[in-house]
Amino acid sequence: MFELIGIPPQALFGQLLLGLINGAFYAMLSLGLAVIFGMLNVINFTHGAQYMMGAFAAWLLLGLLDIPFWASLVLAPIIVGLFGVLLERLLLKRIYHLDHLYGFLLTFGLALVIEGLFQWRWGSSGAPYPSPIPGGYNLGFMFLPTYRGFVVLAALVICLATWYGIERTRLGAYLRAATENPTLVRAFGINVPRLITLTYGLGVGLAALAGVLAAPIQQVSPLMGTNLVLVVFAVVVIGGMGSIMGSIVTGFGLGLIEGLTKVFYPPASNTIIFVVMALVLLVKPAGLFGQTK
Amino acid sequence: MSSDRRLLVTLVVAAVALAAPWIFYPIFLMKALCLALFACAFNLLLGYAGLMSFGHAMFLGLAGYFYGHVVKAWDLSPEIGLLAGVAGAAVLGLVTGALAIRRQGIYFAMITLAFAQMVFFFCVQAPFTGGEDGLQGIPRKALLGGLIPTRDDHVLYYIVLAIFLFGFGTIYRIIHSPFGQVLKAIRDNEQRAISLGYEADRYKLLAFVLSAALAGLAGATKAMVLQFATLTDVSAGMSGEVVLMALVGGLGTIVGPVVGAFIIVTMQNYLAFAGEFVLVIQGAIFVVIVLAFRKGVVGELAEWWKRRRPAATTPKPAE
Repeated sequence: MFELIGIPPQALFGQLLLGLINGAFYAMLSLGLAVIFGMLNVINFTHGAQYMMGAFAAWLLLGLLDIPFWASLVLAPIIVGLFGVLLERLLLKRIYHLDHLYGFLLTFGLALVIEGLFQWRWGSSGAPYPSPIPGGYNLGFMFLPTYRGFVVLAALVICLATWYGIERTRLGAYLRAATENPTLVRAFGINVPRLITLTYGLGVGLAALAGVLAAPIQQVSPLMGTNLVLVVFAVVVIGGMGSIMGSIVTGFGLGLIEGLTKVFYPPASNTIIFVVMALVLLVKPAGLFGQTK
Repeated sequence: MSSDRRLLVTLVVAAVALAAPWIFYPIFLMKALCLALFACAFNLLLGYAGLMSFGHAMFLGLAGYFYGHVVKAWDLSPEIGLLAGVAGAAVLGLVTGALAIRRQGIYFAMITLAFAQMVFFFCVQAPFTGGEDGLQGIPRKALLGGLIPTRDDHVLYYIVLAIFLFGFGTIYRIIHSPFGQVLKAIRDNEQRAISLGYEADRYKLLAFVLSAALAGLAGATKAMVLQFATLTDVSAGMSGEVVLMALVGGLGTIVGPVVGAFIIVTMQNYLAFAGEFVLVIQGAIFVVIVLAFRKGVVGELAEWWKRRRPAATTPKPAE
């Protein structure tokens, strides 16, 4: 076995895989944030809570109705997405005409309510979710748990599908056009308010899907999204919300950087993303892929 | 308001503030005063410079740790502790503010939030903060070289009241100074202020540093009163709470944050038994205020007062 600057390869590749997995979640969540922000002009602070709801939906579906993971992968995002549609129709649509700040505060309040209710009902310690594909492969230089490999692939597919949906389909074209100039698109007879609702539902569904994927890796707990959403905000600041591909690349890239930091200088692993954010702000204030609006 | 009436209101408020510790629990009042100063400092930034910081807890919390470390580990006087807290918060404000003002609007909020999270993780790991346990048992030492004892809560209350009034007066002066007028101009129309020759970024940065320093004063005073500094005060939850206080009281009104802070602290005090449910209630208040009462308690009252007396619309001379 070879050694790299005194680091055993198992540790290095293990952390890289972990970084890739974290990066997959950063990418999926920042993607949803960017899509929602583009259309609604709202930074969705509830994103972390909706991610948590996805994991909880899967856990409850399994525990109460014996619905397996693979079905939850479809069902949970739909359930949570519909909940998002409800939120948008009842609350969010009332504040579009106001400053961005109010959307931020409203969704922050909603996140507190949702997470508080889940904590009140299920406590904060959390519950495990059994891995749907146990076992793994010994790759010689490291052990790869099958499920973790699957998560990375699934996240890539989800991200690319979202990119394709927005950049290459007719619905995506409507979305982009409505982001650019909603009044004009409306004049063409397209129901823009419905499009906005749909976008929010999709963005929330995406967060929930990430939550379902995370359930077998992490504990399913009411606060699993609280800190994650703060990191994702930093990811969004670094990448800028201008481009879909930018969000994906930034998400995965930062996950890897975080993984490497865990190997070479563990005390900084919690803060490295924020340090990167500070550096990017110094060098390229608009973000790596951002245009100043 | 006529000047007679204003004098009357001032006298009543002063009498209540002086008598309060003999009626209510002094520690509770002091904690509320510290958080009120914290909320005022936050409001200086959001209400008058239009900059929404979602990471203000970093200044409150770090200053608390600085105070505790200086007074407990270095065994210096509380005055130096307070100064260390204010100075530490101001320097942190200078660094984070210089970076955060490079982006605008909602990004500014996200950047300050991210920096506060970074400071939080730093405080979890740094040796002088005591990590998860926090700094405990910070001694209460006499002020002014032994002249003013602080062991008695009633005496300490008047000191804290003086500190609060100093901070509040500073903010009042800042808002009503030429500097404050430029800040408001930048808040309302940044492009126009720049075209008039004001360097908006320098004004914003100075406002950010001032707000951070005052938040630091609140944090150091809080550590002096409660004799501990913990991670709660640097957490994102505290950053959210101060936004809530300013919002409940009324953004951009000078007394709003004080009212808001007392409402929230009182609420937490009486709902302590409800545990996690306090968060649900706080979140619900956020939602209701954003949807229905964006002016806050003081803002809505002022509105009501104006509507009640439509005759008093003659333009007042500028203050």
